[in-house]
Amino acid sequence: MLSPEFEKIVAEARPRGWVMEPDALRLLGLAGVPVPRFAWARSRAEALEAAARIGYPVVAKVVSPQILHKSDVDGVRPGIADGEALATAFERFSRLPGFEGAVVAEMLSGRELIVGAKHDFQFGPVILIGIGGIAVEVYQDTATRMAPLKPSDVHSMLACLRGRRLLTGHRGLAAVNLVKLTEMALKFSELVMALGDRIDSIDLNPVFCSPEGCMVADARIVLGS
Amino acid sequence: MDFRPLFKPETIAVAGVSLSNEGHPANVIYNKIHLRYPVKVYPVNPKGGSFKRDRVYRSVEEIPGPVDLAVIAVRADLVPEILAQCIRRKVGAAVIISGGFAEVGRSDLQDRITAMARAAEFPFIGPNCLGIYAPGQFDTFFLPGERLVRPNPGHVGFVSQSGGVLVDQMVKFTQQGLGLSLAVSIGNKALIRELDLLRHLAEDPETRVIAFYVEGFGRNEGRAFVELAAAIPKPVVVLKAGKTTEGSRAVSSHTASLAGDYRVFSDVLAQHGIVEARSEFELTCFCESLSHYPRGIDGNVGIITVSGGHGAIASDICADLGLRVPRMPEAVKAELRAGLSANIRDIASLENPIDLTGSAVDEDFLAALNVLSHAAEIDSVLLLLLPYSPGISSDLGARLSYVHQQNGKPLVAYVPHVEKYRILIEGFELNRVPVASSIDGAAYMVEAMRRCRPC
Repeated sequence: MLSPEFEKIVAEARPRGWVMEPDALRLLGLAGVPVPRFAWARSRAEALEAAARIGYPVVAKVVSPQILHKSDVDGVRPGIADGEALATAFERFSRLPGFEGAVVAEMLSGRELIVGAKHDFQFGPVILIGIGGIAVEVYQDTATRMAPLKPSDVHSMLACLRGRRLLTGHRGLAAVNLVKLTEMALKFSELVMALGDRIDSIDLNPVFCSPEGCMVADARIVLGS
Repeated sequence: MDFRPLFKPETIAVAGVSLSNEGHPANVIYNKIHLRYPVKVYPVNPKGGSFKRDRVYRSVEEIPGPVDLAVIAVRADLVPEILAQCIRRKVGAAVIISGGFAEVGRSDLQDRITAMARAAEFPFIGPNCLGIYAPGQFDTFFLPGERLVRPNPGHVGFVSQSGGVLVDQMVKFTQQGLGLSLAVSIGNKALIRELDLLRHLAEDPETRVIAFYVEGFGRNEGRAFVELAAAIPKPVVVLKAGKTTEGSRAVSSHTASLAGDYRVFSDVLAQHGIVEARSEFELTCFCESLSHYPRGIDGNVGIITVSGGHGAIASDICADLGLRVPRMPEAVKAELRAGLSANIRDIASLENPIDLTGSAVDEDFLAALNVLSHAAEIDSVLLLLLPYSPGISSDLGARLSYVHQQNGKPLVAYVPHVEKYRILIEGFELNRVPVASSIDGAAYMVEAMRRCRPC
């Protein structure tokens, strides 16, 4: 089921052991998992051109084969409102180790989830859904199921979360679109099954969910050894 | 592979019986089978001679007539030769008690015997195990009978990676009055593994609940296990050890860190309606409950008590577990009130928990249980029976069981387990209603049914 383009991305990433963010987003897009409008800008000019096309505000994120966790090195700049701020961010990124440009993407909003996958030694591909964002390992509010997922699995995973009311509506917060979230999780599950043991783990974190739908803001794909 | 000679042997050879060391494991096994079980047993030792006035055979091949099972308790390096004899001799199966294989780094020796057995389609349990306990038929434990607590024949099939846990669990089962259909310590599980025994016990007519103590599965083996367990109609209970060994390797993603080995194990079991027990106590309660009530429930509990305090404690435990104790609608309360005797009608509390007070008599319990058995708001009844209450007769256990049998809604009872209440307890148990010796035990028995439903 994997297209040649898809295979090419995985093959190119193999020596590094993980798929860099712009390739990971492209791969997810090919698999039908919703991703934002984005561009991989290698120069300041390309960054400004992409932002103009996407429309401000944008988020800029460093691309480097040496940086797996971008937040740890201040490699993510959300809410960039104009070209000047974008140019400043790009300059800063260019001094980070292994710099290969930046992802410029539309700003997303909504509740932050993590959707992940792992090739488990005992159970094969498993999928995780939880409350996401930077503090994901602080809250540790997640549920795991063996893939492939059925729609009822997604429902029970969400019901298991301590923070489920953040998704189903709470004190003026509107409920997120659970139908779209379920669709997204099922598409992701198909992708994970197709990748099999070629992956070690995947983080889609955060996935922004709103009443309109769900979109993957950041993706990290670690390949299996 | 045919497991019949393994679990229902009529003739057993014990290899390794010592002519000089009465405490040798093979001697313990030979003695107990010889003296206490309805099975023909032959001692085997290359030296030959006689042992307790019986002929000692120099090899399995010397034994006249068919041999169903060989119990092998010799030094590890001698096992391949004995196994080869068994295969040549067309013995049906073996239990390899001997240690000294993969657990001490001798994977080569273990792989060698496994390959021999696989090529000959010869089933064996072990090595490095206690083997089989089949109540009333035979056992291969090298522990003297008088040291063991021996559960009666019953309906729980139990498979354990650890022999020690198995023997200890037999104590817990016996204390709960819970019987075994078969117990197997699989040790290094070189050939026969959890999945094979799950398949076997699924087909075994005596087994109603299948329980496992698991330390870990092999690559992708967990997937096959949960898929099979979900497909069979019998409840499967798993106690997993090694919950806290995660984080030993560096992880590169949040998912790998959050979905540690145990989290995945626990969530995947729940996904497939396999009941995870988190302690020996839970395992015992769950097996007791599910051997009576093999179907899942949503977990809406009706509680009947004669003490407000007991009702409150039970409600708290239920809430902690995720069970619900729903309020009773007016119609149900009216029906309850109408059934009660005049002297408690106005003092009983008819919310859930239903507190019949210390003045209640047998007929009040029967009436209340009858109403709850039909109430659509609840799918299970937890009865807290305190026999020091003077209106309770010794027949009440049996009489309540008959009410339960009328419509089948799961009923579990708590009765303090002291000798003078034995007649009440047996009144329930002999009529197939499980009885717990503590309030939390009773709540776990209800919880077992809730965990039985895929989540």
